[in-house]
Amino acid sequence: MKVLAALSGGVDSAVAAARAVDAGHDVVGVHMALSRNRDQFRTGSRGCCSIEDAGDARRAADVLGIPYYVWDLSEKFEQTVVADFFAEYEAGRTPNPCVRCNEHIKFEALLDKALALGFDAVCTGHYARIELRPDGSRELHRAADLAKDQSYVLAVIGPDRLARSMFPLGDVASKDEVRAEAARRGLGVSAKPDSYDICFVADGDTHGFLRDKLGARPGDIVDAEGQIVGAHDGAYAYTVGQRKGLAIGRPAPDGKPRYVLEVQPITNRVVVGSAADLAVGAILADDAGWLAGDVEPPVGIGGVPSRDAAWFDCSAQVRAHGTAVDARARVLPGGRVRVELTGDPGSPGLRGVAPGQSIVLYDGTRVLGQATVGATERMTATTEVRE
Amino acid sequence: MRPAAIEALTAELARTGNASSLHAAGRAARRTVEEAREQLAAALGARPSEVVLTGGGTEADNLAVKGMFWGRRAQDPSRRRIVVTAIEHHAVLDPAFWMAGHAGAEIVLLPVDSAGRVDLDALAAELETSGDQVAFISVMWANNEVGTVSPIADVVSLARRHHVPVHADAVQAIGQLPVDFAASGLDALTVSGHKVGGPHGTGALLARRELALTPVLHGGGQERGVRSGTLDTPGARSFAVAVDAAVREQPELAARLTALRDDLVARVRAAVPGALLRGPEPRAAGAPAAAANRLPANAHFTFPGCEGDSLLYLLDSAGVQCSTGSACQAGVPQPSHVLLAMGVDEGDARGALRFSLGRTSTAADVDALLAVLPGVVDRARSAGLSTLTARSAR
Repeated sequence: MKVLAALSGGVDSAVAAARAVDAGHDVVGVHMALSRNRDQFRTGSRGCCSIEDAGDARRAADVLGIPYYVWDLSEKFEQTVVADFFAEYEAGRTPNPCVRCNEHIKFEALLDKALALGFDAVCTGHYARIELRPDGSRELHRAADLAKDQSYVLAVIGPDRLARSMFPLGDVASKDEVRAEAARRGLGVSAKPDSYDICFVADGDTHGFLRDKLGARPGDIVDAEGQIVGAHDGAYAYTVGQRKGLAIGRPAPDGKPRYVLEVQPITNRVVVGSAADLAVGAILADDAGWLAGDVEPPVGIGGVPSRDAAWFDCSAQVRAHGTAVDARARVLPGGRVRVELTGDPGSPGLRGVAPGQSIVLYDGTRVLGQATVGATERMTATTEVRE
Repeated sequence: MRPAAIEALTAELARTGNASSLHAAGRAARRTVEEAREQLAAALGARPSEVVLTGGGTEADNLAVKGMFWGRRAQDPSRRRIVVTAIEHHAVLDPAFWMAGHAGAEIVLLPVDSAGRVDLDALAAELETSGDQVAFISVMWANNEVGTVSPIADVVSLARRHHVPVHADAVQAIGQLPVDFAASGLDALTVSGHKVGGPHGTGALLARRELALTPVLHGGGQERGVRSGTLDTPGARSFAVAVDAAVREQPELAARLTALRDDLVARVRAAVPGALLRGPEPRAAGAPAAAANRLPANAHFTFPGCEGDSLLYLLDSAGVQCSTGSACQAGVPQPSHVLLAMGVDEGDARGALRFSLGRTSTAADVDALLAVLPGVVDRARSAGLSTLTARSAR
């Protein structure tokens, strides 16, 4: 196959590309330029966006003996991932830019361009497994190394794009194994630090990045009863479940720490409450997309499901590095899905789930699909979510 | 590199001796350098004392821009304006803008027309109104991207009236066009070794003896005190051999490449609908060689609807190596400042390809290009038009 290996300049994508070469594919390395104004050197734990990273990618391609190009996808990145990031925070929601990047950039802009230029597939260094079903369709599964599993951020790409994807690192036992393989292959990036931060936010200072763009918008911090308990410079800077950075003058009646329960963009208020108020019982999520054909509801005239879909058991995960909890889910009209937690009441469950986060549903290790959290229902109350 | 230049370089690499030393080995090295200087001067219509050897064209351009600005300002502090065309190479534009940021220079960008020709009326107007504040003018002899040959004689004649020195970056012109420093009336001229089959990292600034030039590199005081650094004896000799050969071969090569280029242009136009030649329309065959309005080896097209990086990848994988304009440090093809200055919109500028012919190019190379180009452009167009197909950004 003719394979485009996306090379970030990191160790994972370099080893993934090497494995694609070993498998006998005709591999071409492409580094995506996602910013027009790149820093010379990598700083902190951002992983792919400096000129140094582009140079590391080029050196990896040299060592593998494959052609190397830089494609400028910065405009599309700005229009989709970065614009979505600001719009979501401004709307009081909490986006996951890595999910949006996989959706719009790596497995859309890059993949579409690759296919149009004659490639058969795109290869990345993501940790996730693809399993073939007897009918030739594909399942997306968690990586063998659960600590590095990235199936959460890949669930959004959909079945057609999954069919054109290669994740050669899905089976490795650990990142150490990847680093050792990189060293063995003479790849200079074998000891390069992992990246964690959002690539387009300098210094990892998300709050400062948002404030520079959106400006100061002072408002009130209130408790669940609407009593003003503090002040803020911009509701957009707060995320449901957040504890740090709350300037609260009055102590809570129970003396316990307070957390952000809700961000209200229209009234510019941040609602706080106790840890117990963060426990989520059900989630209503939008823009559902399914990787498992047997989950997708039968679609009737006008795109409306012709009958009520049934509940199915699954596990639900709402953060890239969170754990999945037992749940049941039901597909609703309009691309929505309702997820109810079914774990026993003593389990930690899900706390502090913010609108905008991705919710990914699993059957064991298999990804069923994903959606974007629209609203949550607390363990105790049931009035907020209407279907 | 030319075999003769390789031979000269390797022969010298085996010899010891610092050209600034006074012992026998040093004197021998000095002799080699001075013979190279004389050979360069003879080939380019300059005097040996006008040749300042540098580590390449970029260094020579930096010396010209910074050295002329500081030199002129030392004589007359009111001369702070640097007049350059909007299509200069970055080796001229970037030091000029650096001088604006760090040394109080004011940049006057001369516009160009849609073929990349400098606007002489704008230059005349600038000199009329602010001539006594202009430090110097820099106009490239021929543009590296679209091949446009500048009216150097007209620029020099306008500048003379206002006693303003003129520098020209002639890196692209040597070996392609007749270049005679003395006859041109220029005050400074940049030459580079690697463009004429000499070694990378060699070059020279030809500078008239009376030109005020402040040093940029300080140290041992070599090269009349404006370019310190131990002389690169092997590089100098090899560079001189390459320039000498390129200048001698120029008339024959220019005629051959002009014919080959005209054939390439005609066939691309016929085979690829929508392909637009950028830069001046080549003069009809039979025009005197001295009147060339475009570099003989240059053909430059834009292919609307195509991304340069798609074209580059597809042609590269088909064995055709071409250039999509200039790449930034990270390797991202940027819309060319030359095309933008010519009024090409940013979308069209992204689908630009420059085909450069050389001494070894043949009709078979043009055939090979035409065999793949139409398919490549079709495919790049389909990739260029791919849009957001899944749900778009909310």
